[in-house]
Amino acid sequence: MDTQSYFPVPPGVGMEENFLSLDDILLSHERLPIRTECTFPRLGFLEKSSDTQDIPEGTKMELPLWLTKGLYERKRKVVSVELPKVYREGWRTVFSADPNVVDLHKMGPYYYGLGSQMLHFDSPENPEIAQTLLQTFIARFRRTMDSSQNAYNEDTSALVEREAICCNRLWVRGGRWDKRDAVEESQRLITDD
Amino acid sequence: MFCEKAIELIRELHRMSDGQLPAFNEDGLRQVLQEMEALYEQNQSDVNEAKSEGRAELIPSIKLRHCCLLRNQRCVTAYLYDRLLRIRALRWEYGSVLPANVRFHMCAEELQWFSQYKKSLASFMRSLGGDEGLDITQDMKPPKSLYIEVRCLKDHGEFEIDDGTVILLKKNSQHFLPRWKCELLIRQGVLEHVVS
Repeated sequence: MDTQSYFPVPPGVGMEENFLSLDDILLSHERLPIRTECTFPRLGFLEKSSDTQDIPEGTKMELPLWLTKGLYERKRKVVSVELPKVYREGWRTVFSADPNVVDLHKMGPYYYGLGSQMLHFDSPENPEIAQTLLQTFIARFRRTMDSSQNAYNEDTSALVEREAICCNRLWVRGGRWDKRDAVEESQRLITDD
Repeated sequence: MFCEKAIELIRELHRMSDGQLPAFNEDGLRQVLQEMEALYEQNQSDVNEAKSEGRAELIPSIKLRHCCLLRNQRCVTAYLYDRLLRIRALRWEYGSVLPANVRFHMCAEELQWFSQYKKSLASFMRSLGGDEGLDITQDMKPPKSLYIEVRCLKDHGEFEIDDGTVILLKKNSQHFLPRWKCELLIRQGVLEHVVS
């Protein structure tokens, strides 16, 4: 069914999620490395590596983003979130040196979305993270838009594979950038800064 | 981890990005609701224990289970809502009579929703365009041609078009005319659009 009447709920802008957006629900399913800052009694079965009844304080484990957001509290110590590698200083330097070189899909397809969500966890590096996300997007967008505008019939699948999911959405709509979409997408990142 | 069944429902829909409607996953929904019941009961019991025995250390676990309940609720709501968006699109793509294989994918409540949506849309369309109403589900794309072939259904006499040319509209005569000039006459039944 080639329906042009199906309009799914779009993902949220920047740090916001849209409650009913399938994209945002899948994005928030991604796992993050965390450390428990208190005990979680009777939930030991969630932590597969050990056999205890409770999850002790100080356990390093992975939790999905939705749960991490739900448990995280700025003032109280419930969980602390580790920045995934790709948002840390080392990788930020790579992105600032040449934003086009990284295979974003391999790094984790939700680079921009997950990166924006990481800003919820009050890392002291938040300003640098936001800056890197924005600059990377602008640089890659420019190049992807150039390619798509000039490659109507060529096989662009190699380029598409290397892009993070938000950019793929823009590809899928008619197989090339819709200028309006592209402008919208970049405005999302900019206005949220 | 909790909420794995719920995310499967979401993936099921997300896989069909073109708007197709998969079969209603009654089983999956039931499993999510059962998980929610179990989480809720566990939390009830822990809350009572925390209150009556002052065991505040249970609170982080209570909070975690509560997050899982909210997550399941979100997934179920999004699943049902996205299906309605697809079902609504069906009215625009297929018309008011759905093929049987599509109807089989809908649960009873969804069929009812579709029938009510059809009624709302029909009464809205009837309210447009004066007495006859307007079928807005037709011609959803802008017309490709500026000129159309029309056949005259009744004698209408002389008809002047924009460049000054006068056409004689005699019954059964065919003409190639600007679309916008003909629309009113077509609606009035004087001309008929000939689609070759």
